[in-house]
Amino acid sequence: MATVSLTVNGKAVTANVDPRTLLVQLLRENLRLTGTHVGCDTSQCGACVVHLDGKAVKSCTTLALSVDGATVTTIEGLAVNGVLHPMQEAFREHHGLQCGYCTPGMIMAAVDMVSRRGHSLDEATIRDDLDGNICRCTGYHNIVKAIAAGAEAMGKAATPTRKAAE
Amino acid sequence: MSATGIGAAVRRKEDHRFITGQGRYTDDINRPGQTYAYFLRSPHAHATLNRIDAKAAATMPGVLGIYTGEDLAADKIGGLICGWMIHNKDGSPMRAGSHPALAQGKVRYVGDHVAVVVAETLAQARDAAEAISVDYGVLPAVVDTASAASSKTQVHAESADNTVFNWHLGDKAATEKAFKAAKHVTKLDLVNNRLVPNPMEPRAAVGDYDQGEGAFTLYTTSQNPHVARLVLSAFIGIAPENKLRVVAPDVGGGFGSKIFIYAEETVCVWAAKKVGRPVKWTSDRTEAFLSDAHGRDHVTHAELATDADGKMIGMRVKTTANLGAYLSTFSSSVPTYLYAPLLSGQYDIPAIYCEVDAVYTNTAPVDAYRGAGRPEATFVVERLVEIAARELGKDPAKFRMQNYIKKFPHQTPVIMMYDTGNYAASMKKALEIIDYKGLAKRKRDSARNGKLRGIGFSSYIEACGIAPSAAVGSLGAGVGLWESAEVRVNPVGTVEVLTGSHSHGQGHETTFAQLVSDRLGIPIENVSIIHGDTDKVQMGMGTYGSRSGAVGMSAIAKAVDKVIAKGKKVAAYVLEADEADIDFKDGNFHVKGTDKTLDFGSCALQAYIAHKFNGQDLEPGLKEGAFYDPTNFTFPAGVHICEVEIDPETGITRIERWAAVDDFGIVINPMIVEGQVHGGIAQGVGQALLEGARYNQDGQLVTASFMDYCMPRADDLPSFDVGMTVTPCPSNPLGIKGCGEAGAIASPPAVINAITDALGHEEVTMPATPQVVWRAAQKSIKRMAAE
Amino acid sequence: MYAFTYHRPATARQAAGLLAKKEDAKLLAGGHTLLPTMKQRLASPTHLVDLGGCADLRGIERKGRNVVIGAMTTHAEVADSAVVREAIPSLAYLASHIGDPHVRHRGTIGGSVANNDPAADYPAALMALGATIVTNKRKLTAEEFFTGLYETALEEGEIVVRISFPLVSKAGYAKFRNPASRYALVGVFVAKRGSEVSVAVTGAGEGGVFRWPEAEAALKARFAAKSLDGIKHTAKGINADMHADAEYRAHLIGVMAREAVARATGK
Repeated sequence: MATVSLTVNGKAVTANVDPRTLLVQLLRENLRLTGTHVGCDTSQCGACVVHLDGKAVKSCTTLALSVDGATVTTIEGLAVNGVLHPMQEAFREHHGLQCGYCTPGMIMAAVDMVSRRGHSLDEATIRDDLDGNICRCTGYHNIVKAIAAGAEAMGKAATPTRKAAE
Repeated sequence: MSATGIGAAVRRKEDHRFITGQGRYTDDINRPGQTYAYFLRSPHAHATLNRIDAKAAATMPGVLGIYTGEDLAADKIGGLICGWMIHNKDGSPMRAGSHPALAQGKVRYVGDHVAVVVAETLAQARDAAEAISVDYGVLPAVVDTASAASSKTQVHAESADNTVFNWHLGDKAATEKAFKAAKHVTKLDLVNNRLVPNPMEPRAAVGDYDQGEGAFTLYTTSQNPHVARLVLSAFIGIAPENKLRVVAPDVGGGFGSKIFIYAEETVCVWAAKKVGRPVKWTSDRTEAFLSDAHGRDHVTHAELATDADGKMIGMRVKTTANLGAYLSTFSSSVPTYLYAPLLSGQYDIPAIYCEVDAVYTNTAPVDAYRGAGRPEATFVVERLVEIAARELGKDPAKFRMQNYIKKFPHQTPVIMMYDTGNYAASMKKALEIIDYKGLAKRKRDSARNGKLRGIGFSSYIEACGIAPSAAVGSLGAGVGLWESAEVRVNPVGTVEVLTGSHSHGQGHETTFAQLVSDRLGIPIENVSIIHGDTDKVQMGMGTYGSRSGAVGMSAIAKAVDKVIAKGKKVAAYVLEADEADIDFKDGNFHVKGTDKTLDFGSCALQAYIAHKFNGQDLEPGLKEGAFYDPTNFTFPAGVHICEVEIDPETGITRIERWAAVDDFGIVINPMIVEGQVHGGIAQGVGQALLEGARYNQDGQLVTASFMDYCMPRADDLPSFDVGMTVTPCPSNPLGIKGCGEAGAIASPPAVINAITDALGHEEVTMPATPQVVWRAAQKSIKRMAAE
Repeated sequence: MYAFTYHRPATARQAAGLLAKKEDAKLLAGGHTLLPTMKQRLASPTHLVDLGGCADLRGIERKGRNVVIGAMTTHAEVADSAVVREAIPSLAYLASHIGDPHVRHRGTIGGSVANNDPAADYPAALMALGATIVTNKRKLTAEEFFTGLYETALEEGEIVVRISFPLVSKAGYAKFRNPASRYALVGVFVAKRGSEVSVAVTGAGEGGVFRWPEAEAALKARFAAKSLDGIKHTAKGINADMHADAEYRAHLIGVMAREAVARATGK
C-alpha cells in the first residue's frame, strides 16, 4: 500500500492505495465519486474522462500514484455552488444524452475541447475532436449541437469575469 | 398544447442527475460486506470439461468460495431458458440444448462460464481463477453460419445436425405459382453481419441475501426486472418470487442485450447465500464482447417476382440464422416471428414464402438487438426492391410508390394486419428533404472531383408495441406481453406513477410524466415516475420492441382514467352533485352548468380524509392500477434516404446527406423521438459501414475490443434531417406507434443501396469498410473502362 | 493487473539506477500502452518506474539546426509547441493526430518511440527526418534504433532521454487510420533535406517502420506528388489483418505518400 495526496474537486484528499489502483478506481471506490464511469479496457470510450491539472485525461489509464500532488476535477466538481456549468446546461437543453453513461466523460471532454479550441466551434471541428469519446445512444447529432452551444455559452459566461480580472 | 403536455419538447427530468454525475448505475451500488465475483471463462470454443481442480486456488488469499456447474446442479439450480417455443415444419418442437449457468461437462464458446471465484477483492478473485487448473478436451469448433448444419461436429447432443429448427411461414404453393407467372425475377444473396450491442454501461450484478428474511435481492443491469425475477424464480429456482427482489436502477443503455437473463446475475444472487455476503460482478468490455448476446447473423437467399407492369407479385426467402452456442432468452423468436412477418415491407405482395433454418455454432448466443428480426427483414426487402428497380430500369422512388399498400387495414400474406399508414406521404417528404431533383448535378460535381456519389432508399416497416398476449401465445411465446401501471395520488395531489416499463435512455421519466400531467391537468413537477424495482412496482414486462409508449403508456393512461373516474365519485360527494353531472377538465372537477369546482389536489385530499362521504359507500383513497393488453401490433413506417460520396482511391464512404421521414403516430415529445431516430440511424450506419463481429475458424472472437470492433464515432456520422408524418395508431388509446428501433431498422439498406448506386454494381457486403468499398470500386473502374 | 512495487524517481539518473538495480523493472511513461497491457494481465513487471516525475526528461528546445524534444514530452505539448510548429510543422501535425485529445495529454514521444508499435506514428517521423535518439548511454540513428516489431536497440537499463530532429526544407505526414483503433493502418512521412529525400512508412510493414526507396528516388528527381504516379508498393512484406489485407495496405502506401508530399509542398 502507498499513500497518495491530491486535490479533487477543490478538496484535499489523501488515500492509502494498492499501487495498481487506477485513478478511476481511486475516484469511484475510495472517494465514492461514481459519476466517472468505465466503459472499456482499451482507453477508447472516454466514459472515464476527468481533468488532471486542467487537462482531459482518461482516468482508466492513469495510476492513482502517478497523480500525487495533482489537481483533479470530475463531473461532480463541475457545477459550482449548485449552479450548473454552461456545458452541463447545454447537454440538457439540446438533449445531448440518453442513458447518461457516457455523459460525464463527454461533458468533461467538451469543456476541455473549448479550452483548447475556443468558443466558436463548428460541426466538423467538434466531430473531429470528439474521437476519444464513444456514445451508443445519441448518434452524436445532439451532442454536437450541445457542445457548440455550450462552448458559446462558456464564452459569454467567461467574458465578464475576464474583464473584471483585467 | 401546453408547454409540458403531449407534443411538447419538454427537457428531460432525469437529466439533472446524469449531467452532474449523480446517476446510480448497478456498479455504483455497494453493499456492506460486499465480495467480488470473477468468472473463469473458457479459452476454447468447444471442449469437454474433463476435470476442474480448484484445490490450490481455494486456499489463496481472500478466496471465499469457488463454484462450478456441479455446485449449481447440487443446489438444484436450473439452466437458463429460452422463452419462445418454435415448431418445425413437421410440427415437432425445436431442439433446445441444455444451458447451465456454469458449464457442465462441456464448454461451447469462448467465454463460456467454467467456474466462479468469490473473494474479498476482485484482484484476489482473478488471481485465484488463474490458479484453477482445468483439463479441457479440445474439440473442433463449428463457427460458420451457412455450413453449421453440415458440420461433422455436434454442438449439442440434442441436435445431431446442429439445427435448432426448420421453420417456415407463408403459402408455398401460391408463391411458386406467382414466380411461374412472373415477367421478371430479382435474385439476391446476402449476409446480415453479426453485431455486438455494446451499450456503454457493461452488464453488472450485485446479489444480496438477507438471512433473517430468507430473501434475495439482485441489483442488475436489466431492461425488464420483473421478467428477470420471473425467470430466476419460476425456471431457474433461485427463490420464490415473494422472496426475490430484482432492482434495475439507472441502466446505461440496453438495445436488447439487457433483456436476457444471463449466467452472471444468476450465479451472483445464488452465491450471495453460499458465501453469506453480497456478491458483486461487473463486466469489463472484453467480457461484454465475449458473453453479451450478439445480434443478427443471417445468411439469406431471396427472390422477388414482378409482372409486366412492374407490380410485385411474389417473394421467397430462405434464411439460415446463427443462434450461437445456446438459446438465449428470446433468441428463437427473432429470426422467426420478428422477421418473416415483416417481409411484406410497405408493399402489396400477394404471395410470400419464407423458410428459416436456425443453427447452433460455437459462438456467443445470438438474441434480440435493436430492431431484432425487423432490420434483417428490411435489409432483405429493401435491397431486393432497390435491385429490382435497377434491373427494371425504374426510378427506385417511383417503383416503391407504385407498389406501396394504399388501402388500410391491409392483411399481408405473412400474419400481419397493417392498421394504418400513408407511405407515399413519407416518401414525398423525404424526396423533398434530400433534394432528389438536385441529385444529378451533385453526382456530376462529385465525378469532377474523382468521387462517386450515390443515393439509397429504404422504405421500412416494423411491427412494434409488442404485443397482444393471446396472439403471441398462439405463436409460441411463454409470456403475455401486456404492461402494467399504478397511479398513486398523494393527499396533496402529487402523483407517483409506477410502471413496468424500464427506462434506460428513452426518457420515460419525462414522457410518462407529460402524459399524466396532461391528462390530470397538474404541473409536470408534481408527477414522479417509478420503475425498475420489483418491490415497488407490482408487475411489468419491461422495455423492448418499441413497446413502452404504445403498451406501457396505454396502461398508465388506463390507470389515470380510473383515477379520474374515482375522483368524479369523490367530487360528487364534495360538490353535492350527481356523479353523472361531474366533468373533469384542465385539472378541475366541476358540476356541469354550475360554477362549482373542485381542483384535483383538493379532490385527492378529500379522498384521503374521507369526511364528505361514507367509507362504506365509497372507498377512501385515490390509487388505481391497470393492465393494458394491446389489440394489435403497431406499425411504424417511414422512408430514409442516404446520400454518400465514395473516394475510390481509399474506399472511404462519407455520408453526405440523410433524410429520415417517419410515421410514429402520435408523438409525446418530439425532441426525445428525434433523439431515438438519431441513435437508431447511428447503429444502423454502424452495421452498414463499420461493425462486424468476427470469429476465426477456431472460434476465437477476433473483434473482442474497441481496438478491432469499430464503434461509430462522431466523425463517422453526419447530422440527420429528420421529418415526420402522422397517421394516428388506431390500436391503442394514445395513437402511439413507437420509435425506438426505427432508425436501426431503416438505415442499413439505405446505406448499402447508396453505395451500390455510386458503384454501379451490387457486390458490396456489410460492413462496407474502406477495404471492401475500395475493392468494389476497383471493379467499377474496370467496368467503366471496358464500356 | 498483477501486483507491483511503484517507484517515482525525480531524475533520469535515478530512474536509470532503479532500472539497473530492480529485478524485472519496467519504465512507465504516459502509460497508454503499458497500463492497458497490464490491466489485461499481459505484462507483469515486479517494479514499475514512473518517469512522470523526471522534470529533466521534459521540454522542447531549438538547438541550432535541431529541435530537441525530451522523452517525457506529451503529444499535446509537441503538437502545441510554437518551436515545433515553426521549425518542423509536419511533426506538430503528426503529434496532433496521435490517438485522441485525452491520449495526447498523457502519451509521450519517448514512450511511443521506445515501444515501437508497428502502428505508431512517431517512428515514421524519426526515420524520415533522420532523428537521433539520445539515451542515457549513447546516441542512435532511427535506423539503428528501430529493429523490428516492438523491438528497439535499447539495452537493459537504457532509457530514451531525448530525441533530436534536424531541420528539413520540406516535410509532410499523412495517415490512414484504422477505423476501429484509430492507430495508423498506413502512415507515410516524407522529408526533403537539400537534394536528399526520405520516405518512411509506418503501420504497414511486417517488421515495423521502413523506408520506401522507389518513392525516394522518384521524389528526388522531382519533389511533387505527381512524381509518384504509377509507382506502386509491393504487397510483399506488408501486414495483413481483418481491417486491411496486404494488397489494400500496399495501395494505401502510395495514396498516403502522395498526400504527404502534397502536404509538404503545400498543394
